[in-house]
Amino acid sequence: MRKSASTTLALAGAMSLVMGGLTAVTQPANAAEGASVIEQGKALAFDRKKGNCLACHEIKGGAMPGNIGPALKNMAESYPDKSELRTVIWDMTKFNPNSIMPPFGKYKVLTEDELDKVVEFIHTL
Amino acid sequence: MNKLLVIAAAVSVLGTTPLVGQASPEDDLKAFQGYFLKRFPNVPLDEYANGVYALDAASREQWEAIEEFPPYEIAIEEGEELFNTPFKNGKTYASCFRNGGIGVKGDYPYYDIDKGRVETLESAINECRTKNGEKPLKYKKGKIASISAYMAYTTRGQKIDIKIPFDQRARDAYEHGKHFFYARRGQLNMACAHCHVDHAGKRIRADILSPALGHPSHFPVYRSKWGGMGTLHRRFGGCNKQVRARPFKAQSPQYRDMEYFLTYMSNGIPWNGPGARK
Ligand code: HEC
Ligand code: HEC
Repeated sequence: MRKSASTTLALAGAMSLVMGGLTAVTQPANAAEGASVIEQGKALAFDRKKGNCLACHEIKGGAMPGNIGPALKNMAESYPDKSELRTVIWDMTKFNPNSIMPPFGKYKVLTEDELDKVVEFIHTL
Repeated sequence: MNKLLVIAAAVSVLGTTPLVGQASPEDDLKAFQGYFLKRFPNVPLDEYANGVYALDAASREQWEAIEEFPPYEIAIEEGEELFNTPFKNGKTYASCFRNGGIGVKGDYPYYDIDKGRVETLESAINECRTKNGEKPLKYKKGKIASISAYMAYTTRGQKIDIKIPFDQRARDAYEHGKHFFYARRGQLNMACAHCHVDHAGKRIRADILSPALGHPSHFPVYRSKWGGMGTLHRRFGGCNKQVRARPFKAQSPQYRDMEYFLTYMSNGIPWNGPGARK
């Protein structure tokens, strides 16, 4: 169990638009019951309260991306081994100790299951 | 080659974040300003009083249009009136400040040796009130922001010139502020420096990240998103929440010390408050 779940939730409600706020959630991440894993991963990646990857990455199909990180494309080519891609998203600071990218798995921003779905989606890019 | 190694190699070049060890404040200042001046060679030091608009021409145009009918004008007027309205004991704010409180924002923040802590303009305003038998004001917005806006306005054009005295406790306050600024926090694990040093000028979603250099120069600000004025510490709290960290209270020791550090880093830049921001 997450130690500070209640604080995290309380604060998540107060967050601003940039990193994912109250106002602009376009699509609940688990909206479509029965959506394919890849579609679910996409919804999670774009959801401001979940992955919010567009804050920093250009991703095909996503509007108004930031440019802090590289555009996410040719992913299957770059990461023939999916587990390597997963490791990057799980905790980027393993590879760049000064990385700004949140450690999505290590800090439980995404659950293991959510992370798997995001990996499936990102790998299609 | 292994993709992860490519990333590691690419980012080590970015590892230019200045200062983390225990350099002297003077050395820190040189490194901090030098980093920005080198990274944005066309932006002169004075321009950093304008926050993100120093770096982005497109949003600067909109901002200049806004500045023609500044949304903070009402706050300056309200602040001036409050400033000149006597307390119940007949005294006014002017009695608490050097030069009757005109053009003195530049005196703050400073390390108060007797009190053993950093004094900010806002904390001095409230001390003036309590000394004169009035209740303190809330620190993030409202009347205190108006009074602070008026006092900032009368200080416009002077240069930031904060001193860190050669006193161990003052140095410690400075070091704490610096450490806070560079420390990762929150579930998203980010430091202020990630957004406002390493990635200043980049877009986070649709927002462009302002440089930390000059941050305190133009506060308090009228912010469209707030629909009103807010103090520097209100903004600190907002940025802490953004990374899902617990914010500290306005005028907490943490935020005072950080204000001390950040304002010292901005020495040489003109005071330019109050400001208008998105
Ligand atoms: C706050 C900024 C930020 C956010 C949010 C972010 N990233 Fe990143 N990401 C970066 C940066 C910066 C890099 C470049 C490596 C480095 O310096 O850390 C990166 C690198 C990557 C890479 C490696 C790219 C390559 O070419 O090998 C992948 C994959 C990635 N991010 C996926 C994601 C996913 C998926 C999400 C959302 C779940 C996400 N990122 C959210 C900043 C971010
Ligand atoms: C996730 C990225 C992020 C982090 C981390 C962050 N900020 Fe911000 N900050 C922003 C954005 C976006 C804005 C609004 C655009 C701008 O002016 O930079 C902003 C605005 C500000 C402003 C107002 C700038 C102005 O000109 O009015 C200040 C001051 C500030 N941040 C200080 C801090 C401090 C201090 C910290 C650490 C406690 C911090 N920020 C952490 C993203 C961040």
